[in-house]
Amino acid sequence: MKATRRQFLELSAAAAAAVLGPRLARAQTSGPRVVVVGGGFAGTSCARALRQADPKIAVTLVEPNATFTACPFSNSVIVGMRELSAQQFTYERVAADGITILRTSATAVDAPARSVTLADGAKLAYDRLVLAPGIDIRWGALAGYDEAASAQLPHAWRAGDQTLLLRRQLEAMDDGGLVVIAAPANPFRCPPGPYERASLIAHFLKTKKPKSKLLVLDAKDTFSKQRLFQAAWAELYPGLLEWVPLSKGGNVTSVDAATRTLVTDFGKHQAKVANVIPPQKAGRIAEVAGVTDRSGWCPIDPVTFESKLQAGIHVIGDAAIAGAMPKSAFAANSQAKVCAAAVAALVAGGTPSSPKLINTCYSLVAPDYGISVAGVYQPTSGQLADVPGAGGVSPSDAPRETRKAEAVLAEAWFRTITGEAFG
Amino acid sequence: MHRVVAAAIGLASIAAAAVVAAEPPAGAAACSGCHPSSPRVTSPVVRLAGRDRAEIIKAMQDFRSGARAGTVMDRIAKGFTDAEIQAIAAWYASQK
Repeated sequence: MKATRRQFLELSAAAAAAVLGPRLARAQTSGPRVVVVGGGFAGTSCARALRQADPKIAVTLVEPNATFTACPFSNSVIVGMRELSAQQFTYERVAADGITILRTSATAVDAPARSVTLADGAKLAYDRLVLAPGIDIRWGALAGYDEAASAQLPHAWRAGDQTLLLRRQLEAMDDGGLVVIAAPANPFRCPPGPYERASLIAHFLKTKKPKSKLLVLDAKDTFSKQRLFQAAWAELYPGLLEWVPLSKGGNVTSVDAATRTLVTDFGKHQAKVANVIPPQKAGRIAEVAGVTDRSGWCPIDPVTFESKLQAGIHVIGDAAIAGAMPKSAFAANSQAKVCAAAVAALVAGGTPSSPKLINTCYSLVAPDYGISVAGVYQPTSGQLADVPGAGGVSPSDAPRETRKAEAVLAEAWFRTITGEAFG
Repeated sequence: MHRVVAAAIGLASIAAAAVVAAEPPAGAAACSGCHPSSPRVTSPVVRLAGRDRAEIIKAMQDFRSGARAGTVMDRIAKGFTDAEIQAIAAWYASQK
């Protein structure tokens, strides 16, 4: 009898395991092999959903960090409303689902050979690969803003040390200082994030350092939940928070880290504390794998999230070009489950069905004042498009009780989404 | 020998079909972004698994029509058709 393709693959895997040692051998089983790279909201949710969809699938999650630090609610950490530990999650429960976790980085992908190379040079074979690498900063895209500059002018756009650095700078600043936030052009992670951050820093200044000023220099003329944010700012932080749009000279063209100076087309602003939210791109492994286009992000099929550039590789979360869906943790989780269902169908020889996805993002404009945006999405003409008539933002005339309720729901959402991914 | 392989493939297809049948219908998986599926999560947002099918359908239809006020569900329900709502309700009602 001739060996089937599956048997041949198993023999190859066994031979590879013998060479590569026992660590890799754990990942080899007789079921379809799916490798997920990236243990954030997208990758972790996808790995778990794959195991749930079909326990025969051998799922390997490649993630170098032992602890995940969540970005949603990290703006609350910056202003001392919350501790960073409340943002941190480990992978024990993920492993308990029967997922093999490799605490290392993926450094290369051979798409035709369906293999991922790990940091130690070992190769991991897959039937389907899911990349969930999140974002990387485009160092140097903003003149003067390189990795060294971020030690003076924190971005705090990947939660962790940068979050705490910005917090310490705000705490150390004398009353009366100028705080500047530079917000980037689209697309970037968490579209309402810069404006929630501005709101909470304004709240911090109002209560702790009321002679201070906050300037938001924006590379855009419009932003997420704009009317709600601006109405709340006029009500809560008049004279304290000023937003400068692109058309009024808001676009920051260069920065000088040593003097904390931000240069725009219209002038210079010397800050006591400057938070530069820089241009971004898909996490590095996406580029290495050849799934990014010239924008730096990853075009995908809206039904399966399979790359339009490399067969057998799916991209989910912030790295993907997901049409009308924003780069949010909720969207990442929603995409992860759709992608998992599609991958489970594909490895079983089935056909994935057309999905429907949801996003909901809460923002705090004060500790007890929440607003939200929601959307429903479906594949339309090859893109993930808004379902007409659905979605939108919180009502502009909502009573304060509704704003309070949305602040409570925001926290509940965080518990739920982190429970989905890590709990 | 070929027949044995064919039978094995047939069984594999049945197994695959069983997996596909248990798959949540379009939109259902996204609900657990807010409605907790894990028993370890505490939230004021209701759990959907095991809830009465008719109750879920009525809630979604009322959110959609505006008969029931929501914070975000009024906006989300408008994105779903009657057929989708029924499929989602039936699927959640059958869980646990």
